[in-house]
Amino acid sequence: MLEAARAEPLWPRPPLWAMGLGATGAVLLLAFPFIFRTSFSHHMMILILMYALMAQSWNVVAGFSGQISLGHAIFFGIGAYSSTVLFAKYGITPWAGLLVGMLISTLAAVAIGVPTLRLRGHYFAIATLLIGSSVQIVFQRWDWVGAASGLYVPIDRTSPWFYLQFHTSKVPYYYLALAAAAAGYFLVWKLRRSRFGFRLQALRDEPDAAASLGIAIARHKVMAFMISGAMMSVAGTLYGQYVLVLDPERLFSAEISIIVLLMTVLGGSGTLWGPALGAAILVPLSEYSRIWFGGTGRTVDLIVYGILIMLVCMWRPRGILSLLEERLRRRAGSAP
Amino acid sequence: MSLLLDVKGLTKRYGGLTANAEVTFDVNQGEIVGIIGPNGAGKSTLFDLITGFQPLDAGRVFLDGHDVTGLRPDRIAGLGVARTFQKLKPFPDLTVTENVIVGALARTADMKVARDQALEALAFVDLLDKRNSFARELSTGQRKRVELARGLAMHPRLILMDEVTGGVDQRTVPGLVDLVLELRGRGLTIVTIEHNMQVMMRLADRILALHAGRRIAFGKPEDVRKDPAVVDAYLGTAADAA
Repeated sequence: MLEAARAEPLWPRPPLWAMGLGATGAVLLLAFPFIFRTSFSHHMMILILMYALMAQSWNVVAGFSGQISLGHAIFFGIGAYSSTVLFAKYGITPWAGLLVGMLISTLAAVAIGVPTLRLRGHYFAIATLLIGSSVQIVFQRWDWVGAASGLYVPIDRTSPWFYLQFHTSKVPYYYLALAAAAAGYFLVWKLRRSRFGFRLQALRDEPDAAASLGIAIARHKVMAFMISGAMMSVAGTLYGQYVLVLDPERLFSAEISIIVLLMTVLGGSGTLWGPALGAAILVPLSEYSRIWFGGTGRTVDLIVYGILIMLVCMWRPRGILSLLEERLRRRAGSAP
Repeated sequence: MSLLLDVKGLTKRYGGLTANAEVTFDVNQGEIVGIIGPNGAGKSTLFDLITGFQPLDAGRVFLDGHDVTGLRPDRIAGLGVARTFQKLKPFPDLTVTENVIVGALARTADMKVARDQALEALAFVDLLDKRNSFARELSTGQRKRVELARGLAMHPRLILMDEVTGGVDQRTVPGLVDLVLELRGRGLTIVTIEHNMQVMMRLADRILALHAGRRIAFGKPEDVRKDPAVVDAYLGTAADAA
């Protein structure tokens, strides 16, 4: 029996239908801008992809290491401000700004995470919520970065790829967002199959047992927070380049921190595709409710979110995709 | 015989309550030391103090001659000390194999190597047929064996086992005893907490008897069993109850 078990593949092979679904999805995503040609559909998909990346970033901390962050907008804002400040003040390409933003976000994750990730239970959530609002206030008062009126990304039409801004079409933004999301999902896919990923899932469920197996709890949590912060920062830079206006009220809002939570919990936290599913449901919901209900739609979408989350909690507390992913994992090998 | 674990004067107080008072004992390489005592005698607390899960108020713990007092649990695990918990702590959302892989990852970063070591450990505790179940779906006895396999996959030098035969189907007890003896045969040093006195007499080379946090006897099983303090504190009440 041991020999049979050893002969099984290390990772369960996905069934044919899942591989077919994946291939079809990849083709559709690559061809999307040419199938749907309206600017609105491009805009919608760009937002879905960005939010899918942001929700996945949140998932790394909450879904894998079990820490509920309510301050993820910090990294989103840092990403947007890093690239824009460097470009607006020093003419440095946003590509470099993207990397600088990731670096600063990683450092911020250490600064926030080292003191707070020692806290168990809900204290980390409370701490990150408060730190998030503090950071927002700082950016609203900080004259060098435009204080409450924020910053504009200077318009430059000479070299769109160098300056990462496109004024005639949304299609390049679409592919940028797709590439960033794909990179993020690939990273998390690898993470889940790594020693680090296994250790995160272990300490999430039973920190004492994890420690008894040699896992340095605090260090692993901080590392997950760093990876998550860097991912969120990438979405922030892209978002800044996409809207070209940085408003601290919006970028650092608790609403962003909470919406990535809602998406992940809805789709399935701790799963690979749950955050993407959540983004694909909630982004259109929010955009359409804004269209149908006009300027007051903002509150309506929150009501719908609330109802959705209640339904998920009652029907599948671990998110829509949790059941499916467990089925696939259980299929390790062909033995009974 | 060389000394592997040397515990000197461990003391732990919770406010006015003393959970462990100057407990001293030692464990030789390849030995099985059993810990007995009535409920609340401080057995599990002693494990927590040795493995760094609770800060201690006084005393020293030496592992292979090195002072490991007050080290974090993961550091102590890294020195080759595995443990199981009385209140079981399997990773519920991981499969049985994945649970044990986490243990194997203490020694290797290679997932394939870790998986194969996990399968070996599962074969050893006779749980291979459940390898693709989720840990939360298992019975208490099966979860105990998952925890044991998880600790063994670390390839420890010393394992502290908290009531391996407690709360399991009584028919499986002889098998578990054989398992522990085979582990010792493979060179592992074992400290085990047990309520079942027959099991303890078969397993242990020496027995540490605790009562109200204090050591009341430490020595060969037959001597400890006859010790008046032990009879009075533990066996006497058990006999009365029976």
